[in-house]
Amino acid sequence: MSEAIEVRDLVVRRGKKTVLDGFSCVIPRGSVTGLLGPSGSGKTTLMRAVVGVQIVASGTVTVLGHPAGSTPLRRRIGYLTQAPSVYADLTVAENARYFASLYGLKAAAADEAVEAVGLTAARGQLVANLSGGQRSRASLACAIVSRPELLVLDEPTVGQDPVLRDELWDHFRRLAADGATVLVSSHVMDEANRCDRLLLIREGALIADDTPAGVKAAAGVDDLDQAFLNLIRRQEEEVAA
Amino acid sequence: MILASTIRRILGQLRHDPRTIGLIVVVPTLLITLIYFMYEGQPAVFDRVALTMLGVFPFIVMFLITSIAMLRERTTGTLERLFTTPVGKIDLLFGYGVAFGVAAAAQATVAAAFSYWALDMRTAGSIGLVILIAVANAVLGVALGLLCSAFARTEFQAVQFMPLVVAPQLLLCGLFVPRDEMAGWLQTISNVLPMSYSVEALTEVGVHAEPTGIMWRDLTVVVGSIVVALILGAATLRRRTA
Ligand SMILES: Nc1ncnc2c1ncn2[C@@H]1O[C@H](COP(=O)(O)OP(=O)(O)OP(=O)(O)O)[C@@H](O)[C@H]1O
Ligand SMILES: [Mg+2]
Repeated sequence: MSEAIEVRDLVVRRGKKTVLDGFSCVIPRGSVTGLLGPSGSGKTTLMRAVVGVQIVASGTVTVLGHPAGSTPLRRRIGYLTQAPSVYADLTVAENARYFASLYGLKAAAADEAVEAVGLTAARGQLVANLSGGQRSRASLACAIVSRPELLVLDEPTVGQDPVLRDELWDHFRRLAADGATVLVSSHVMDEANRCDRLLLIREGALIADDTPAGVKAAAGVDDLDQAFLNLIRRQEEEVAA
Repeated sequence: MILASTIRRILGQLRHDPRTIGLIVVVPTLLITLIYFMYEGQPAVFDRVALTMLGVFPFIVMFLITSIAMLRERTTGTLERLFTTPVGKIDLLFGYGVAFGVAAAAQATVAAAFSYWALDMRTAGSIGLVILIAVANAVLGVALGLLCSAFARTEFQAVQFMPLVVAPQLLLCGLFVPRDEMAGWLQTISNVLPMSYSVEALTEVGVHAEPTGIMWRDLTVVVGSIVVALILGAATLRRRTA
């Protein structure tokens, strides 16, 4: 079975709003898939449904062959929330070690994850005293610590400098090369170019599901930023027509 | 395994917050000292009031600390993330129960030891029983704090639950007016409030050298209330949210 995630006819309501309305998509294993879309389009909501913490109205989400959120999946996925979710009153190392321990892993695994996000020098620092970018990397360390088969990352590179962004993307690419599936949301188009596939989502509907080259070709331009705008405008016109 | 590391994590969070540790350990002792001077020359009254307070203070402190700590788990997203990991609800509830129970035991031991040896408090029964009941009451505070945190969206709201949960129990526990002298409907309310039982249990230790049947019954009621509050608390912990 080659797909890591299969979403079929997913409907999610949050408050009065129908955020996802009959959403379907398939994400292959061993790939880096970028989830792009305007703010408020439903990226976080889709990711929450994939990791099984979102109440869904109808439809199915199948992850690694199991219904999303089912017990066997909890050892096999890693989730980075959009806002850093680590304990501010623990050090970086203590946070990573706690999350490692949840999978029965030792401190060595935690230290490795801290190193992978470039926080080794700050490992003894309380998260409360970290900079914003460092804090999101501390949170990222806790998501990758278990070397999950599926990594769901909600805007992992926000607030990072270009060098770190590059290093983090190298890391994601390496994880995928080793067989992991990575689903990443982003607003940065030069990052989107480093994905195997892109999902473009607008107001809860999928408007493109292709390789970066395919997306550009479909939009008839050579630049992802422009392609993205074109596809969104084209879809707006279709809706209006 | 997960439970053990969760307990360690929560105690670790406390350890990085020496001021809170200081407040936990020192505040009840200070307040009981205050009571000592209020009732100077009336040792019998002091013995009764201080004994009650040894059960009440840990309850209040642990209720507050727990409801804020749990609310933080909800608002900072750590709870959402934990629910995508192998952590079980039991690990979280018992993690908080045990970690803060340990803190409560330290608090009750210091306060009780100080009351007996520095303030000359007298009870017919043993200090060990007093500490046991105080810790049970503190764990009750933890369990109710976990439960109430589900109904608060902000820390402002969470602290409002303190007067709501604590004040009626304190007023009706028999400290101010003996329970059998209250109006019937007040007695009925008092009978369903768990703190009435912990205060009665402490009073029993105050006047009887050996643990009495009433004391064990009361302690059982308190432990039962803890279990009920934890079960209700588990029901408010939802893996999936809107
Ligand atoms: N807790 C909530 N209750 C009600 N509505 C919500 C809630 N969270 C999000 N929404 C709504 O759901 C929609 C989709 O939100 P979502 O967080 O999935 O967007 P997003 O694509 O991740 O945006 P961003 O790029 O800004 O992170 C938005 O219109 C938002 O207002
Ligand atoms: Mg989002």
